[in-house]
Amino acid sequence: MNDLLAKFDPIIGEREALLATGLTDPFGLVMERVESPTVAICNGKRTILLGTYNYMGMTFDPDVVAAGKKALDEYGSGTTGSRVLNGTYQGHMECEAALREFYAMDHAMVFSTGYQANLGIISTLAGKDDYVIIDIDSHASIYDGCALGNAQIVAFRHNDVEALEKRLKRLPPETGKLVVLEGVYSMLGDVAPLKEMVAVSKAAGAMVLVDEAHSMGFIGENGRGVAEAQGVIDDIDFIIGTFSKSVGTVGGFCVSNHPKFEILRLVCRPYVFTASLPPSVVATAATSIRKLMHGGNKRAHLLENSKRLHGGLKDLGFTLGTEEPQSAIIAVIMPNLQTGAAMWQALLNEGLYVNLARPPATPAGMTLLRCSLCAEHSIEQVGEILGMFASAGRATGCIA
Amino acid sequence: MTDRDQSLAKVLALIEPFNKKGVAVDESTRFAQDLEWDSLTVLDFVASVEDEFDVLITMNMQAEIETVGQLVDSVETLSADR
Repeated sequence: MNDLLAKFDPIIGEREALLATGLTDPFGLVMERVESPTVAICNGKRTILLGTYNYMGMTFDPDVVAAGKKALDEYGSGTTGSRVLNGTYQGHMECEAALREFYAMDHAMVFSTGYQANLGIISTLAGKDDYVIIDIDSHASIYDGCALGNAQIVAFRHNDVEALEKRLKRLPPETGKLVVLEGVYSMLGDVAPLKEMVAVSKAAGAMVLVDEAHSMGFIGENGRGVAEAQGVIDDIDFIIGTFSKSVGTVGGFCVSNHPKFEILRLVCRPYVFTASLPPSVVATAATSIRKLMHGGNKRAHLLENSKRLHGGLKDLGFTLGTEEPQSAIIAVIMPNLQTGAAMWQALLNEGLYVNLARPPATPAGMTLLRCSLCAEHSIEQVGEILGMFASAGRATGCIA
Repeated sequence: MTDRDQSLAKVLALIEPFNKKGVAVDESTRFAQDLEWDSLTVLDFVASVEDEFDVLITMNMQAEIETVGQLVDSVETLSADR
């Protein structure tokens, strides 16, 4: 028998070598108890969470939790079916209504995860003779959406407007084109120059899809994302988003003003051939989305936290993914995987959880300690976090 | 030098900045196995080839290209079609 898992031997070897150094498995952390959006008990120890996507801290919001409990009581634990058969409840309709209102758009389609939203929309929109043009640093769900479809895929260098424009100009003018961009790129936390990119895309006759997963709720005047902040939201054909970040539950969506949008419900396989979200999930999502419309103060505090952490880490001597804070993600660049893992462990011992990110998730083979802030982190917690970074950084030789 | 020789020379020059392991490269060199490039390195390299020759090499086409020689052939065909 040819062992089909033998191809993973190099990864198994690398992992065993890393764990043999006595490191806690960075990809196997268990949260034994969760006290709040910013604190959990890990390995019996109180740990500040700085590696979640709980940007707006909605997971323990009393109204959100109450809505979920009520739906669980009234509609049961699950729908046991597809959205196009028995899986559309009143709650799914209310959730889509909340999204239409949040984005001020005509149509909203809720998927079971954000990953599936990209998978479904990209693979369905672009057919065999069409082109999908993507940024090299795109999220895995965008690459997988391309792989699921039959379109021709063209990649351009990260956030490079000229590279995008050149490629659009080399495409046959009469073909269908979909340019796929992200508002915030999640590894380095950098923002896309959407204004320029949307302009060159429209000039080339392309449709534009923007994934605003890491900006919803706190970037842009109404929290609609980077496209809103840069004043081009009206030129975006499709916005993809998720409930698993600022909204604080799970699920994905696409919103659009395209007059034929509703047909996608019948032709998009990752929408049709999977069970719909449980009633409690869509109820928490709808409640959370409506509360995010009025989250101005939280938004300001989150961006303040981001500035404070970015400035503090820079002052300590760490190398960061962006020169200025651009989002709620601050990436600390590590010299290599070994140092990154040692630093990650030292922070965990101090009582701080961050994400250890490594290739292939990261660009240019980088090892990153990725910090993502929450609107519920207090000013004192950010101070505490900086103290932990100082101590762990000196212990591991990352900073002087 | 024929056109193809010129294209080969250009491709070899473009490989160098990405050839971190200092592998000796000829037409039979394979990108994944011999140069040990990961998928993102390939995309970065392809971007420079595209700009040098003013062509588009889609990811679908990249999947069919294993060696340096095959890449040169593809570039020649794409340039001729333009």
